[in-house]
Amino acid sequence: MHKKPRAILALENGLTFSGYGFGHLDSEAEGEVVFNTALTGYQEIMSDPSYKGQIMTFTYPHIGNYGINPYDFESDAFQTEGIIVKECSAIYSNWRATESLQNAMERFNIIGIEGIDTRSLVRVLRNEGVMRGIISAKVSDTNQLVERAQHIPSMEGLDLTLGVTCSAPYQYQPVQDDQLIQKPLSTPTKTYKVAAIDYGIKRNILRRLHSYGCQITVFPATASAQEILAINPDGIFLSNGPGDPAAAKHAIATISELVKKGIPTFGICLGHQLLGLAFGAKTYKLTFGHRGANHPVKNLLTNAIEISSQNHGFAIDVSSLPSHLQATHINLNDNTLSGICHKELPVFSVQYHPEAAPGPHDSDYLFKQFTSMMDIYLG
Amino acid sequence: MPRRQDIHSILVIGSGPIVIGQACEFDYSGTQACKVLKEEGFRVSLVNSNPATIMTDPIIADATYIEPITSEYIEKIIQKERPDAILPTMGGQTALNVAMDLYEKGILKKYNVTLIGSSVSAIKKAEDRELFLQAMKNCDLEMPEGEFVNSLQEGLVIIQKIGFPAVIRPSYTLGGSGGGIAYNLDEFKQLLEIGIMASPIKRVLVEESILGWKEYELEVMRDTKDNCVIVCSIENVDPMGVHTGDSITVAPAQTLTDREYQQMRDAAIKIMREIGVETGGSNVQFAVNPKNGRIIVIEMNPRVSRSSALASKATGFPIAKIAAKLAVGYTLDEIINDITEKTPACFEPSIDYVVTKVPRWDFEKFRDVEDILGIQMKSVGEAMSFGRTFKESFQKALRSTEKGRFGFGFDSDIYLSNSISEHQLIDLKNRLKIHTSVSIYDVCDALRFGVSITEIHTLSGYDSWFLHQFKEIVDAANFLIVHNSTLEEIDASHLRYLKEIGFSDIQIAVLTKTDEYAVRHYRKNLGIIPVFKTVDTCAAEFESDTPYHYSTYEYENEAIRTDNKKVVILGSGPNRIGQGIEFDYCCVQGVFAARNANYETIMINCNPETVSTDYDTTTKLYFEPLTFEDVLNVLDFEQPDGVVVTFGGQTPLKLSKKLHEYGAPIIGTSYEGIDLAEDRKRFGALLQDLAIPCPEWGTVLNADEAVSVAQHIGYPVLVRPSYVLGGRAMQICYREESLRHYVLKAIEAFPNNQILIDRFLENAYEFDVDAVSDGDEVVIGGMMQHIEEAGVHSGDSSCVLPPYSITNEQFDIMVLYTKRLAKALHVIGLLNIQFAIQSGKIYVLEVNPRASRTVPFVAKSTNVNLSQIAMRIMLGEKIKDIGVRDFSLSAKRVAIKESVFPFIKFPKASVFLGPEMRSTGEVMGIDSTFGKAIIKSRISSGNTLPLKGTVFISLSDLEKTIRAAEIARGYTELGFSLIATSGTADFLLQHGISAEKVLKHYEGRPSIIDAMSEGKVHLVINTPIGENARYDEHIIGQTALKYKIPLFTTLAAAYASLSGIQESITNEPEVKSLQEYFKKSLIPAA
Repeated sequence: MHKKPRAILALENGLTFSGYGFGHLDSEAEGEVVFNTALTGYQEIMSDPSYKGQIMTFTYPHIGNYGINPYDFESDAFQTEGIIVKECSAIYSNWRATESLQNAMERFNIIGIEGIDTRSLVRVLRNEGVMRGIISAKVSDTNQLVERAQHIPSMEGLDLTLGVTCSAPYQYQPVQDDQLIQKPLSTPTKTYKVAAIDYGIKRNILRRLHSYGCQITVFPATASAQEILAINPDGIFLSNGPGDPAAAKHAIATISELVKKGIPTFGICLGHQLLGLAFGAKTYKLTFGHRGANHPVKNLLTNAIEISSQNHGFAIDVSSLPSHLQATHINLNDNTLSGICHKELPVFSVQYHPEAAPGPHDSDYLFKQFTSMMDIYLG
Repeated sequence: MPRRQDIHSILVIGSGPIVIGQACEFDYSGTQACKVLKEEGFRVSLVNSNPATIMTDPIIADATYIEPITSEYIEKIIQKERPDAILPTMGGQTALNVAMDLYEKGILKKYNVTLIGSSVSAIKKAEDRELFLQAMKNCDLEMPEGEFVNSLQEGLVIIQKIGFPAVIRPSYTLGGSGGGIAYNLDEFKQLLEIGIMASPIKRVLVEESILGWKEYELEVMRDTKDNCVIVCSIENVDPMGVHTGDSITVAPAQTLTDREYQQMRDAAIKIMREIGVETGGSNVQFAVNPKNGRIIVIEMNPRVSRSSALASKATGFPIAKIAAKLAVGYTLDEIINDITEKTPACFEPSIDYVVTKVPRWDFEKFRDVEDILGIQMKSVGEAMSFGRTFKESFQKALRSTEKGRFGFGFDSDIYLSNSISEHQLIDLKNRLKIHTSVSIYDVCDALRFGVSITEIHTLSGYDSWFLHQFKEIVDAANFLIVHNSTLEEIDASHLRYLKEIGFSDIQIAVLTKTDEYAVRHYRKNLGIIPVFKTVDTCAAEFESDTPYHYSTYEYENEAIRTDNKKVVILGSGPNRIGQGIEFDYCCVQGVFAARNANYETIMINCNPETVSTDYDTTTKLYFEPLTFEDVLNVLDFEQPDGVVVTFGGQTPLKLSKKLHEYGAPIIGTSYEGIDLAEDRKRFGALLQDLAIPCPEWGTVLNADEAVSVAQHIGYPVLVRPSYVLGGRAMQICYREESLRHYVLKAIEAFPNNQILIDRFLENAYEFDVDAVSDGDEVVIGGMMQHIEEAGVHSGDSSCVLPPYSITNEQFDIMVLYTKRLAKALHVIGLLNIQFAIQSGKIYVLEVNPRASRTVPFVAKSTNVNLSQIAMRIMLGEKIKDIGVRDFSLSAKRVAIKESVFPFIKFPKASVFLGPEMRSTGEVMGIDSTFGKAIIKSRISSGNTLPLKGTVFISLSDLEKTIRAAEIARGYTELGFSLIATSGTADFLLQHGISAEKVLKHYEGRPSIIDAMSEGKVHLVINTPIGENARYDEHIIGQTALKYKIPLFTTLAAAYASLSGIQESITNEPEVKSLQEYFKKSLIPAA
């Protein structure tokens, strides 16, 4: 019956899973095996640069059902090293789709493995923590694969931003025929000059900022504070991105300099962690991270709950917060820190993803909060 | 915000009898709500006219009123209970409607009662299409183009604008009653008229058709702090045009990108806010144009619903329970997710499996009714299934419906032939254009015969993603057929693949020309057995100890077998006519008793509507099809000490033989006893030995034998196929001609069954006895007398407890026979016997050593919880230690059970009752006298008796008796005037009763039909003759239904109502809770 090629997933702890390969079979995937519990949004997840260095396990068993369309990419390419699914749909059905997931994976040289008990894998990752792994359709010696998995560099201590950031500064231009774009909570009445530092920025962050009136200059992660300040920004945005925040020394140094200027600053995910580090807080690695679109976050200032989109393996240790930083949001599932602000400066950040893509739009108000800060700053 | 301190006492409104569109799901939600509110320290009173519910068990609420759900009766309850608040969102449309009525009549204000869970303005905005339309405009959301009309003339103007096909939706009707789709002007006029009539406010929405679009539903919850969560998204496999209740549905949505899904999520939350649902759950339905993604809002229900029950079971997020907490002031972040027991309920469940729901229809019960699905719901039940893939869950769901199917086709030899004629193919393609209860199997055929997915999509509107999934199943089966594979040729990985995509052992047996046992044996030898995964709300992100499981062919098993004493209770599967909520009640009571006896309780069931599939009910829940294979998989793993097959109706009973042979530890009455009662020959011999009379009978295999048996025992005869429940295909034949005709048809429909022929006892009274036996001692739980004469199925006839016309001697004989039979059959547990008395002689009609439909009714009217006692006995206790006494005739109260019929959904069906059961549900009236009780049961069953006006009488020649004349006289004495057909009027005049003559339908105009349509008739007594109602009687029945005029088709029912009317004229109605009736004797349980 089966014509599909065999593939193996091997983990550093010695566990191996046998399944079927799909996508670009000549490629092998090496990276940190993580899981995401979102029911929709595989295209956004796979193209999110924050997943650089990671192999994604989708907990929802059917992936690929609605194909791939030109609009829902969060970057120019797929960023995950590989994907692990229960079943990759052989066909797709959606009015916007232009190609199948397998096809796109072949284009982007990404391998996937299907036909394994993804739930049992997730239970391993949940209990033992995320770990390094490898997907191969070429090698059948499981011992060899396990050994290779053990030699993949650990995520801790890795600065991966340089591999996903842009090469030179550019002006963000919205795509004209973009579809199903969320409206802002209120129509902006003016424009803001925003400098966004790209540690692996998702397109939807740029779209959201733009929809609130931001004219964005995107800077590479290597840009210096002087280069950024040279455009005289009304606000500074610190993007999401992959890797261990504590390893991104250059970024932390740049941010430390920038925040002194009193310019409104907003950070998301890695940007949030870097901001915390810049102010002297500590970060640590979570056992299996938060990746999904259903995490409840409590806004400690309003007591309102946001259902949030999350994607992070590291977090700021709440006990390490210096006295001038205040916790503004917590994750209700495990009470980890989800948002901070500075007590005097117009600086705030969140660990989760108000730009969603994929995920709920509950936290969109944070973009508005950013422009409101700029309003005050601009007088 | 914590619990509200300003309210102390809450009245919960139930949904009344099970009808199409309102089933067990409201027992599930209402029971959860009552339990939560009690735990929170509120005094909870409950009103529900449905005695078969678990919620009306006297331990669930503090005060349980089995009373009509009308503003008049609820006002009386409010006077007594003086609740601070009413929770109207747990009882379906019935509860919402009566809550609005209470508001409009000023009753809420008068007694200073507030609505919680939903507000008057939210209900109005959601229910009133005009207000709703405006609300959607405020949200910047689209609705189908359309307008409201009150007349045909107005309708004709609108139809010019929107064109055909056009949808007709009457305002304020249940499950889309009275609605339809018009494809041309004639149809439009006809449907519009029906629609206007069906609407209580005589108003109809005529709107643009969005037939063929994709349909989605979101379950939303909101709290007082404006926190909103989506519990579940559901995608319909059937396109728009088929009522959601009649659609195969899948959770979560399969073919929406995140952007589209989030757009819908935003819309649903906006709608919650705009409509103003502040505390609780609602569902919002959307249609999506598959060509361009245009989203249209269909409707929203500001209450829990059938789909919220489905979503709760599909995700493990208990919507009703949490909605009840929100209604009393808690916010989502204050409530713990009780599956994980760690994380908060303020989140959106993630699932790592696919859930499929398949409706169950019983069209075969309604001759003359076309099996066509539309915007009016027609299914009577549903089954749900879990799988790790859609294919697995879909095939499991199909075999869960118990319609003799074991998956997506390939379950009988006809599938082995791959040839189809040109003509048949054209026929098949035409059928794909119309949605019916078997469309899904037509799709299977189309795929088998090579019709392309694109063409099937065009014809049927099924999304190509689903069609492709179907095709994978068909391809896998075809592979075996083409290769003419034997079982042994299928290797382990291939067999595993077949099981992964949901093939049952029976399907594999058919495809490899062997039997189910061989496949099971072979499969197990290869080590291919299912594992059990957990429904944990979070896709394994967090640990969960709640043992809510489903089977799948994966690698890691999560279920944990304990060393505890454990008992498996087999549920009753999807609701159907003849097997409904009564059996779920018995199963759940059995669970309560086993839990009290410190047993681990394990439920296997696949009906998402029920209390039994609430993970809170049993220690462990396996959400599985009730087939031999699936049940055995659980038994193999759990190794229980006992398996209970006698609570869930025919479903588990059908499995008992195979389970017995397999060596499953069936507790209670042995398989031997069950078989002895079912096998007519053996049972006949037993009755003879015990010297208990029964009507003369015979079993036959063909028409000639039937005729000779009938000649021997004498006409009329009652005929039916053996081993068929609910009077399915049962008929009374008065002549040889009709007998022959019947037998030929029956052999065709049930080729392997014998046909039973009994002498039909005309003009006999029927009785039901429910008892429990421990093998040594037998206790009579209750005895009921039917109101309708023998010939009307016991599930359809009204019955009275205690019997109203019986001598002490007759009572004693029936008790004696019951005890004698219980001992002879070695009954351990429940026993139901049907008796008939004809001319003073007592006959046994049927013995069922299992839970009967009347067990909950008996429990509610006598306060003897027979199911719990039976369970205790089955676990080894003795009656003498339990301490129950026999039922006696000296009860101080009268309880009447009355049936509710779905005729309004099947306009062409005959309304005349017969031996084939067709009711969907039941109500109970309880009071101090027969008259007071019947007035309540009539109101609750939707046949409110008039207190004055005109009675129309039309009697068959057989019924022109002194008794009939006396009944007519009775009505005149109560002040009614009579009109009658000419023969009946002449007959009445002979007895000195004057009745105005009226023309029959075919005699000219104005006829009785005109009189009825003009509101000149307030009650109809129309007794049909012989086997079939005549054409004009049919029209009278239809007209009565249409204009909601109470109709009696039997003299017995007409007579019974007389005393009710008399009572109502002279007395104010009173209400009394079960707790008051049974002050002294409440048995503590659970």
